[in-house]
Amino acid sequence: MSTQTATTILESLALDEEGFLLDPQTWTREIAQALAQAEGISELTEAHWKIIEFSRESATESGASPTLRQITKGTGISTKELFALFPKGPAKKVAKIAGVGKPEGCI
Amino acid sequence: MAEETRKMAFICSKGNLDMAYPALIMSWAALGNGVDVTIFFTFWGLDLITKKRVDKLELSPIGNTSMKMSMMGLPTGNLGIPNWMAIIPGMTAFTSWFMKRKIAEVEAPPVREFMEMLSDAGAKLYGCKMTADMMNLSPDDLIEEAQEIVTASEFIDMTEGAQVVFI
Repeated sequence: MSTQTATTILESLALDEEGFLLDPQTWTREIAQALAQAEGISELTEAHWKIIEFSRESATESGASPTLRQITKGTGISTKELFALFPKGPAKKVAKIAGVGKPEGCI
Repeated sequence: MAEETRKMAFICSKGNLDMAYPALIMSWAALGNGVDVTIFFTFWGLDLITKKRVDKLELSPIGNTSMKMSMMGLPTGNLGIPNWMAIIPGMTAFTSWFMKRKIAEVEAPPVREFMEMLSDAGAKLYGCKMTADMMNLSPDDLIEEAQEIVTASEFIDMTEGAQVVFI
């Protein structure tokens, strides 16, 4: 996705003050890519998608976005890998890109 | 445009099971939010990274005014565990077991696993030199995530600019 396309998508989004998508229903894979670029992740790999999809499923089922430990347990992706895939603060980054709310749990 | 990364440092000075968790949970939250984390284990806090102690942390009912019998589902209101009961052999094992169960209920991992998670997430864990000397511990006695022993002065140097939390 070009930077320009990403910018156009980002401008059209309704985000809250912290940059979370206001309506999770409006989320698409293109939006995820644009949000990822805004978070400094230039390309979403298969492992990124696995985490994003797990987060969306988990949020739909439980009504709350998953914690980091729930993500590693649920996807089988290690803590090390999770922090490498979403560097500098995966907790909010994953939730933002996946278009689910801010994680409510602590662990 | 390089924004400076926020830094936090935790000093763990307690070795009781319940006092192990505050720093670990806050460190995990900090790492999840992209904050640099350094943890220094001193005095009884060294138990949290000592191989022989980490899986055997305990919580005594003696002198613990917060642990109420109602936590165990009894209709006893504000009544604590009576001190005379707390001296019965096995009571510390019981309260420790009970607390571990409560911790597991909220999906918090045991301390050893927590250390591994923190280290994997990029936290730096250090043992205190003076405590290690006092307890006759060498780096080999510590869990592999925390095999570096540093002096108080080194800790102060490496946490320049960090917000320090003492527990």
